[in-house]
Amino acid sequence: MAIDVPRRWIPCFKVLVHLAALYPLINLYYAAFSDQLGGDPVEAVIHFTGIGALNLLLISLLISPLAKRFKLIFLMQFRRMIGLYAFVYALCHILNFLFFEVQFDLQLFIEEVFERPYITLGMSAFLLLTALAVTSISKLRRKMKSRWQILHNFIYLIALLVVIHFYWSVKSEIIEPLIYFAMYAALMMFRLKKLRGWMKGITSS
Amino acid sequence: MIIKTTSTSDCKEHDVTDENVYHQRRELIKKMGFLGAGSLLSSSAGASILDIFRDDKIPSSLFSQNKLDYKAINGFDEELTPEAKITGHNNFYEFGVEKQQPAELSQSFNVNPWTLKISGEVENSLTLGYDELYSSFDLEERIYRLRCVEAWSMVVPWIGFSLADLVKKAKPTSRAKYLAFETLYDPVQMPGQRSRRLGGGIDYPYIEGLRIDEAMNPLALMSVGLYGKTLPPQNGAPIRLIVPWKYGFKSIKSIVGIKFVERQPATTWNLLAANEYGFYANVNPTVDHPRWSQASERRITTGGIFAQNRIPTLPFNGYGEQVADLYSGMNLRKYY
Repeated sequence: MAIDVPRRWIPCFKVLVHLAALYPLINLYYAAFSDQLGGDPVEAVIHFTGIGALNLLLISLLISPLAKRFKLIFLMQFRRMIGLYAFVYALCHILNFLFFEVQFDLQLFIEEVFERPYITLGMSAFLLLTALAVTSISKLRRKMKSRWQILHNFIYLIALLVVIHFYWSVKSEIIEPLIYFAMYAALMMFRLKKLRGWMKGITSS
Repeated sequence: MIIKTTSTSDCKEHDVTDENVYHQRRELIKKMGFLGAGSLLSSSAGASILDIFRDDKIPSSLFSQNKLDYKAINGFDEELTPEAKITGHNNFYEFGVEKQQPAELSQSFNVNPWTLKISGEVENSLTLGYDELYSSFDLEERIYRLRCVEAWSMVVPWIGFSLADLVKKAKPTSRAKYLAFETLYDPVQMPGQRSRRLGGGIDYPYIEGLRIDEAMNPLALMSVGLYGKTLPPQNGAPIRLIVPWKYGFKSIKSIVGIKFVERQPATTWNLLAANEYGFYANVNPTVDHPRWSQASERRITTGGIFAQNRIPTLPFNGYGEQVADLYSGMNLRKYY
């Protein structure tokens, strides 16, 4: 039995998703600019946007299994949007690092990206995610045909890189990153068949 | 003894900054709670969906700090870090790994009675009770830069006494080559010692060490206060070490034991990741942490996100004039 919601509700839900994604971000920067974000607002904004991006990425990966299992087809209409917000949070994460952590010292920024493996990994994930964000436009999607799906399946690799990036970045508190690993693994379990097909697709194309 | 030199590394006073920020602290904590309350993603700046499992309740009453009698000093150059930031941004994993957690989870910490035991290779074993921490030695103010291994820094007006005075009082024997420090182990009071997740998965009690000549250096301070009052728990009440030329993790908090020993003692972060944290841990801009650069640091002062200035890190955190001799002939890349 497919559960569907009336078409006219969808825009309302979309507004809610926009608010849920934007409100924490606006609040965060308001608090950071007005010095209400604890002792080190720089660390706070970097961590918040980083974890936020990962959370949104995992939520976007949860949508299609949910939609399939519970026949909540309408959920699929939110997937692109949530994926794009994951990109927005990731972009903020990197801009926070560039603007506030290294403070526009481009040389230091580039050195850190290339010399620190966990940052190299995170940046690779971001570049891949950028490719996905750019090609999320419907026009491009149609143009790319079957290659679009092959490219967008890279989200599984991106999510893995991000989880490793998180694990690698902490000093000793590894339990939280390990829980993220477990969540990632659970989300991949739904897709074993598809993953195999994807691997074949890459190697043959 | 009083350190009153005019060396280039000294801090000098221009503007002793706003303590009024301190009084907005409760407000601040409340707002941070509000920030997350309606959000999809988190419940605090430390942001994660796991936060719902946390019991970081805002304490109903703050730990009470007493005014201290001490010899104040005048004449510093660098802007002090506001008290609210010094007491609201702490690495003290015994009370949680996130920077705001120690302030939130430590306010009911009981420091009286306290026992600091000085033992080992000494002629004069000592036990200092709570009151004796403040009365056994002359207290003086010292404004030091604090450089965290995570590449941020603060300028803190500590109050305390010279570690050297304590060492002299204990009369070390000729076999005493090192000092081994230990933090209180009390899982009932310290939630990070109960939970591996809250405590960052490090082994407790926290232990640190110094070579005896390092301990005798006039800069080494046993701190019992900051900003004119006794230490709050999140900063290491009632007594902590301050070695300003070393990364912050050397400056062990809430000390219950100092043992004089013959061999180099084990230290917590070194045990956890020897390739990242050495025994010496002298501030050194030319030796990077494997995962980040140590060449510069973000100085935490007043103001929001735009006020956190990146400045070059100085060898020995700018105290080379006073301490570089301790390490002459040593390869500081090897002994990081």
